[in-house]
Amino acid sequence: MDQDRAPLQEALERMRRDRLVPFDVPGHKRGRGNPELTRFLGEQCLSVDVNSMKPLDNLCHPTSVIREAEELAADAFGAAHAFFMVGGTTSSVQAMVLSNVKKGDEIILPRNVHQSVINALVLCGATPVYINPQSDKSLGIALGMSLSDVRATMESHPDAKAILINNPTYYGICSDLKSITEAAHQKGMRVLVDEAHGTHFYFGRNMPISAMAAGADMAAVSMHKSGGSLTQSSVLLCGKNVNPHYVRQIINLTQTTSGSYLLLSSLDISRRNLATRGQEIFDKVERFASYAREEIGKMGDYFVYSKDLVNGDSIFDFDTTKLSVNTLGLGLAGIEVYDILRDEYDIQIEFGDLGNILAYISVGDKTKNVERLISALSEIRRLYKKERKGMLEDEYITPEVIRTPQEAFYADKISLPLQECEGKVCAEFVMCYPPGIPVLAPGEKITRAIIDYIQYAKSKGCVLTGPESMDVTRLNVLKGE
Amino acid sequence: MDDLWYSEYHTPNVRFSIKVTSQLHFEKSDYQTIGVFDSPEFGRFLTLDGIMMLTEKDEFIYHEMITHPAFAVCPGISRVLVIGAGDGGVARELAKYPQIRQIDIVEIDERVVEVSRKFLPQTACGFSDSRVNLFFEDGLKFIRRKENEYDLIIVDSTDPFGPGEVLFTREFYGNCYRALTDNGILINQHESPFYDGDAQEMHQAHKRLSRVFPVSRVYQAHIPTYPSGHWLFGFASKGLDPLEDQRESQWELLRIPTRYYNSQLHKGAFYLPNYVKELLADE
Repeated sequence: MDQDRAPLQEALERMRRDRLVPFDVPGHKRGRGNPELTRFLGEQCLSVDVNSMKPLDNLCHPTSVIREAEELAADAFGAAHAFFMVGGTTSSVQAMVLSNVKKGDEIILPRNVHQSVINALVLCGATPVYINPQSDKSLGIALGMSLSDVRATMESHPDAKAILINNPTYYGICSDLKSITEAAHQKGMRVLVDEAHGTHFYFGRNMPISAMAAGADMAAVSMHKSGGSLTQSSVLLCGKNVNPHYVRQIINLTQTTSGSYLLLSSLDISRRNLATRGQEIFDKVERFASYAREEIGKMGDYFVYSKDLVNGDSIFDFDTTKLSVNTLGLGLAGIEVYDILRDEYDIQIEFGDLGNILAYISVGDKTKNVERLISALSEIRRLYKKERKGMLEDEYITPEVIRTPQEAFYADKISLPLQECEGKVCAEFVMCYPPGIPVLAPGEKITRAIIDYIQYAKSKGCVLTGPESMDVTRLNVLKGE
Repeated sequence: MDDLWYSEYHTPNVRFSIKVTSQLHFEKSDYQTIGVFDSPEFGRFLTLDGIMMLTEKDEFIYHEMITHPAFAVCPGISRVLVIGAGDGGVARELAKYPQIRQIDIVEIDERVVEVSRKFLPQTACGFSDSRVNLFFEDGLKFIRRKENEYDLIIVDSTDPFGPGEVLFTREFYGNCYRALTDNGILINQHESPFYDGDAQEMHQAHKRLSRVFPVSRVYQAHIPTYPSGHWLFGFASKGLDPLEDQRESQWELLRIPTRYYNSQLHKGAFYLPNYVKELLADE
């Protein structure tokens, strides 16, 4: 297929050229009705913020230009079918889960899934079977799933309908996608991949294997992360054994009927860019990341990691475009370095957790900004380094699933002060954000270790979200359990 | 004769124009555009990204003022790092001090040096001093590796947008602090307090500098071809005060030839107009 084309962009340009008189929504009418907004966002932008119409196709039932654009995307990603999504990769993940499991079904997943996965289980009523992601104690990060853990879980839950894999993780760690996929398919399980951080695997050189190349059934891809499209746009990919028409019905359960053409055209244009220039783009990103790793590694106290972590199993491969740095050698939590970078040096990085920071390097970066980041880290080491003590290791806490997320979410519940929750069944989520991995999911037992972790994360400045009690001083628990 | 004028926008609403007789050079380097023109009033002049960097007529003011005040406070300076300064003007002034042992110049854009050597001998003569070592590197990267190495750092940068941007950041100032000896001094071009846009940049730069160095003062000069003509320099140190620690007689003994700078002017330059003082005090 001709990857130089961008059918949606072309259709929008045709529409603009034809000077169609709008007597339809949106009411700003190409921006004229909202001059302040038009000044702020730009006339070009507002002139293509339009509604579905015949020449522009319809996202809920694509038959012309959206369909062509999706076909080009499927071709570029090596998928049988691609859906343009406008509700973030959250919507892609949910559609992926809802298309494969329903109430009473089991789904195998690593605990470090994104909250959108567990939210999808609240919606559909399926039961999670968690796999303990291996973790690196010295780094304090969750790794990939080990193949033997996956096999053992499949043996003990042979009726599970699907397995979901994070690949890569936020930190760039990849599981053995191909072997896990083969194992799952032998058991008749579907393979769903949360590939939110892996768009570039489809386009760069020497990248870890992508979900579609590994034979996975579906993959949720955040084009807006490394792919360069607008925030909230995403792509859902399907392999050859998936019925795309059923997936579309699932998507339409929750998707807007007014899909934004700003988002859709950004997906189309980004796909063209990646398909035609992806290699050089990600070569550059890789160079920036390697250079920064080398320079930061030389400073001392910071620990940078990359493919050297690879162990053939729970770290099967590593995404070298990710710049992850462990800060514990400085006596500082990652979240502290994250805050200092923003407050004192005007540098916003992607996230800091208890022991690490992650700086997102992309096609939009410039050498001088990479130099600034390196120099600021060098300054932080000079000025803020302290005795390493009292740094709690980020322990994996095995969840005890007492009820399904759906049952617990909708059950009768009472609110208790956090300290009195030990032994109760939680009715809501507690996320430590970023990176948005659940500390507690609905239906899980609240243990002392979890209460301590919540307090520690709060004291380190992590943002805890989810509970009705916004400052997480109380939790909703199941009545009578 | 053709009526050719070179114009530079000092603000979106203010334009500064001088008549030119010819354009001698124009190129787009990896970092910026570089132009050289001849003019009847200001002689030859250099532009980077469309902004006048120096003219033969008034460059002496800038180069003397960015160089000599530090020596009046610490006449024994022996190792000097200059960042930017691809035209050679700062090097020319530094070369007047025999006690200096080392002049490292870090310019990101080699083309600026080459163009200056070809068209601007009045300043580029500074490069011929045997103590000068030229490095074509990112200033921020260069200085990150230095510790306790220089008595004086002069930051002769472009404005805080474009390639000079990193030279106005807190991490850069912090790296300079580390690169300086205990008696070390940092001098930088500090933008202008007059037009709002420049004043904001100046204010930000001063705030960042003050958070890194215990002593952070500002002094002024009148430079006709820079926006508003009223230009500031920063004097930052780990302890030396530009007025209390001025070694007037010691500096006089060196008999450095200058056309703008002198010991009385040194004192006066640190006395600022009220609106500038207020701007600097405003945290």
